[in-house]
Amino acid sequence: MSPKSAPLSSRIFTWQFAFFLLIACCATFFIVKRFIFGIGSVANMNNGYPFGIWIALDVVVGTALGCGGYAMALLVYVANRGQYHPLVRPALMASAFGYSLAGLSVVFDIGRYWQMYNMFLPQYMNLNSVMLEVGLCIATYTTVLWIEFAPTFLERFGLKAPLKTLSKMLFIFIALGVLLPTMHQSSMGTLMIIAGYKLSPLWQTTWLPLLFLFSALCMGYAIVIFEGVLSQTGFKRPSEAPMLAKISRVMNWCLGLFIGLRFFDLFTRDAFGLAFTGTTQANLFLLENGLLLAAFILLLSPALCKKPAIHFLGGCFVLAGSGLFRFNTYITGFDPLTGHTYFPAASEITITLGIVAIEIMAYLIFVKTLPVLPSIGKEPHKI
Amino acid sequence: MSLSRRDVLKGAACTGLVLASGVNAQARDKTLPPAALGILYDATLCIGCQACMSGCKRANKLEPDPSGNESLWDNPTELSTKSLTVIKQYRQNETEDKAQTVKSGFIKRQCMHCVDPACVSACPVSAMQKDPATGIVTYNKKACIGCRYCQIACPYNVPTFEFDKPFPQIVKCQLCDHLLAKGDIAACCQVCPTGASLYGPVELLKEEAKRRLALPEGQVALFPANDIRTGRTVSHTTAEYQQHIYGEKELGGTQVLLLSSLPFAKLGLQDLPEESYAGVSENIQHTLYKGMILPMALLAGLLYFVKRNER
Repeated sequence: MSPKSAPLSSRIFTWQFAFFLLIACCATFFIVKRFIFGIGSVANMNNGYPFGIWIALDVVVGTALGCGGYAMALLVYVANRGQYHPLVRPALMASAFGYSLAGLSVVFDIGRYWQMYNMFLPQYMNLNSVMLEVGLCIATYTTVLWIEFAPTFLERFGLKAPLKTLSKMLFIFIALGVLLPTMHQSSMGTLMIIAGYKLSPLWQTTWLPLLFLFSALCMGYAIVIFEGVLSQTGFKRPSEAPMLAKISRVMNWCLGLFIGLRFFDLFTRDAFGLAFTGTTQANLFLLENGLLLAAFILLLSPALCKKPAIHFLGGCFVLAGSGLFRFNTYITGFDPLTGHTYFPAASEITITLGIVAIEIMAYLIFVKTLPVLPSIGKEPHKI
Repeated sequence: MSLSRRDVLKGAACTGLVLASGVNAQARDKTLPPAALGILYDATLCIGCQACMSGCKRANKLEPDPSGNESLWDNPTELSTKSLTVIKQYRQNETEDKAQTVKSGFIKRQCMHCVDPACVSACPVSAMQKDPATGIVTYNKKACIGCRYCQIACPYNVPTFEFDKPFPQIVKCQLCDHLLAKGDIAACCQVCPTGASLYGPVELLKEEAKRRLALPEGQVALFPANDIRTGRTVSHTTAEYQQHIYGEKELGGTQVLLLSSLPFAKLGLQDLPEESYAGVSENIQHTLYKGMILPMALLAGLLYFVKRNER
């Protein structure tokens, strides 16, 4: 594998780290409460809104944020753009975290978690269920991600023999690592089709699977740009701007397809008029698509893309807009028309924030102890 | 080897076509089971006594479900984990059409026992099952993982979840299938004093519903009560009916059929198409995953490209 990666040699325990640790501790308290007194004791989900932010943010948006590994593998190994290889390993690591923590969220979101393994038992499997496809596929992909990332551990601990064996078989896992997200990211769109009229026509369409696939790809490239710029400024590393600029161009192609299909669908179904009805749903739709269009226009000029501020901003707009598209499809665009309402409880939000905090802490520990980030050939600065 | 922009676009277009074609791919055979059992609820006969609600509680051993500030007695206002059926009342308010002749009415809510149940299609672990003979939609807690996707899927918002319990279950009406073996009928129909809730084979109930819709208004007529097969009848003056059997065609039909003087939309029941959402969802899923052919073909292509481009 790449010999060009090296651990950062800076302190792990910083005041930022302590801050994230505090959030994670608060979240742990509420998670314990959830297991003793039930989901209702910490969350506002109800019979009208059975899915809350643990599903919509931690899983549906969270795994899309974890699509960096998928998007980069597609670029490097399928489209054969080898020059981006240094970005693959950090992307893979972020993906492994994103998916693992989404899996963790599912454990406390699912009511009868002690029977979760029923999904893997053939006598219980329902092959008509989109949820089964999503569940099995995410579980398999999370395993594949850690196998893809394993060379990093093997290099760090100098385990040459297993590294050699794994290197020979790695192409199988890389191929699976492209197939599986294609499957479950699109299925996460299919998942909401069965909700029928409960999902507003601004989001309910049989194109949801393809829209979710495009949105996952956009967010995959966006998160690579986002993390690239942040780790460069945060750890005071040399600029990867030329590479990130090119990735922002690739992202904009995906974004163009996404926006094109989105509006084609809205117009052919005559649903676009709903966007100007002034309801919360309509305004969130405008915000969602405003962000995406802003990103698309911002990144149209190849010259402008080269500026780190521009591709960073474009990446942020895509993360916000595409993330909102997913959130709207699961929460704000959803209305069972029974008079139920849903707004997450403080404890419910704390648990989601705790998951994010754990993810950031793990990222900091990993890049400082394992050869993840591209080596810069000299002793890095202390921070 | 490198992938050109055109190849990428072509690939995306193909995926799109496959997904789009999924919508009308295959017709699923979802018809009423041979011995389908159900309920005909006639709101024009209902007096709102709620005997069905307490009968249901007794038969299914459910706790009281008080609402309001005083919490003195069992008076649920919505379906809940403690109430598998509720009688609701609609009353016309000032802003509505004054010309409307019927000013108020009752409606009974419970599991509709769909011919093509969305919950059964949605459940990843087959905890929701439709009985092949009686068509009763049952719940198996030993299979359920508590993902609540059945609640998202149900177009009638029927399944409820025990959010307040550490070891929760999904709760819904199972048409008293535990009484069926003893030769008894659904408790709500057993106790209904007016014949508003009538139990029996769905085919017979459908015929009865059609007979009622054809009756002239304001005439004294006989109505079967409790179980349509027993021949017990009560007499009532016929009311004005909406010419619509709710559940005859909605999303492929249901085994619980509703009749009313009021438009069903006013009673909290949505206007629904005849094609089920479950059918749309399954067609997409089966087009993409039938025999795992498409995923396997994609994997083969990926293996080829990755092996070739890996350094």
